[in-house]
Amino acid sequence: MSATHQPPPLAKLEQKTVQELILKGKRVDERGPLDYRPLTIMLGTVEKANGSAEVHLGKTRVLTGVKIQTGTPFEDTPNEGILTVNAEFVPLAYPTFETGPPDEDAIELARVVDRGIRESKAIDLQKLCIDPGKKVFVVFVDIYILDHDGNLIDAAGLAALGALVNATMHEFEVKNGEIKYKDSKMSLPMQNYPVPITTVKVGNSVIVDPCLEEEQVMSCRLTVTTDKNDNVCAMQKGGLGVFSPEEIKQVVSSSIQKSRDLREKVLSKVN
Amino acid sequence: MGHKEQVRLIDDNGLRVDGRKLDQLRPIKLEVGVLDKADGSAYIEHGRNKILAAVFGPREAHPKHIALADRAVVRCRYHMAPFSTDERKSPAPSRRELELSKVIRESLEPSIMSEYFPRSTIDIFIEVLQADAGTRCAGITSASLALADAGIPLRELVAACAAGKIDGKVVLDLSDIEDKKGDADLPIAFMPKSNAIGLLQMDGSMTEEELGQALEMSVNACRTIYDMQRDALRSKYHVEREESGAEEVAEVKV
Repeated sequence: MSATHQPPPLAKLEQKTVQELILKGKRVDERGPLDYRPLTIMLGTVEKANGSAEVHLGKTRVLTGVKIQTGTPFEDTPNEGILTVNAEFVPLAYPTFETGPPDEDAIELARVVDRGIRESKAIDLQKLCIDPGKKVFVVFVDIYILDHDGNLIDAAGLAALGALVNATMHEFEVKNGEIKYKDSKMSLPMQNYPVPITTVKVGNSVIVDPCLEEEQVMSCRLTVTTDKNDNVCAMQKGGLGVFSPEEIKQVVSSSIQKSRDLREKVLSKVN
Repeated sequence: MGHKEQVRLIDDNGLRVDGRKLDQLRPIKLEVGVLDKADGSAYIEHGRNKILAAVFGPREAHPKHIALADRAVVRCRYHMAPFSTDERKSPAPSRRELELSKVIRESLEPSIMSEYFPRSTIDIFIEVLQADAGTRCAGITSASLALADAGIPLRELVAACAAGKIDGKVVLDLSDIEDKKGDADLPIAFMPKSNAIGLLQMDGSMTEEELGQALEMSVNACRTIYDMQRDALRSKYHVEREESGAEEVAEVKV
């Protein structure tokens, strides 16, 4: 059952400081309200994966690996490959991350990233069909949170995108439903590049890309995932606060703007 | 939104598959206080959705370590019955249900004055008996009524409704086929008096402008649903007044 979270382990005095700074239009790390933290993306850091990417967003670190295997298609989409996204909040990343199956936060994160990739039709899944109704490729996107300093959704979304554009697989031929691999390699059939941007509300101020301290004083967050044509393909509000319709429109607008630079940054890493 | 074949969802007269106009809600029926043992309960039929919501609490937190010193812990479970869908759904909670339990809780919690009940829990159970697109919204609409029925102090009722895009047009309250074959879905939960959105999700593809339109359309529909919720509460407590035989009872505040 989903239950109200325990309050963050941040001293009340520190919370007040973080909050007051934000209300004055300043931030703990001296960024402007709509500035992103420094972003580093490294592609192909895990050679055994078909594709991988490590993202550093400030002190937040997320590693994502893509594995491509064969499997059985879903009955309602016999001609399409399968995308599955999973997130692990690894215990080494944060004192309160526990071992065991993903909790609701990890599930929410994975599903928000999944929706961005799926709804933007980032991968042309029809090209991953081997034998209709019988055999297709399954693209596993596994998100590993390594160090948690806030805004995990964006870092995970960018790492997932990086790992997908980095992914390669053997070229293949299908003869009588049998698959034959060639020596040459190909990239995944990518046709869109979704980028999530998360904005949080503190008092009546909004700030983009919250660090952990800021997340601990936020009332709520809104993630807006935008595709390469500036269309919105996924959104998710989280937290116990509320947005007005006007605030939502404003956040959507600024997220669309912001996503362009970040998309550029990920794609510039691809040779 | 899954795999799409070419299906026309809006005809030449601008009407939808079920005969509705673009900005028309499906029929909604609300009933308050439908369960005997729950502290509060409500039933909703929204289109072909049939959903029961029940509230227990405020009651002592159990296990004790989940209690919070300055407020009630709100717990929420959204669950679909195995027979509620076309294909049988496993009764084990799916990842989708776990996510929805969380976002539904986050949409209802802002309305609850949980600071009045430290060290206790308020438990919300939503059972989808029949699903027909828009279950999370109908679940929220009924759960908010169940909270009111349980006598839990609320800042405001929460109404919920989705808008979306089908055949390139922004429409209100997607039905099952529109959800499956359509272009986008945007469910929201809204508190009209405080102009506050507590749940917002979206999937599909919409331009910024379409999104703005869909947001306004669903916000307006939530105002309509909010009035229905008030009527449902009034009618329940009106009946009880007559039964009690009291001649003059103060107006029940909603």
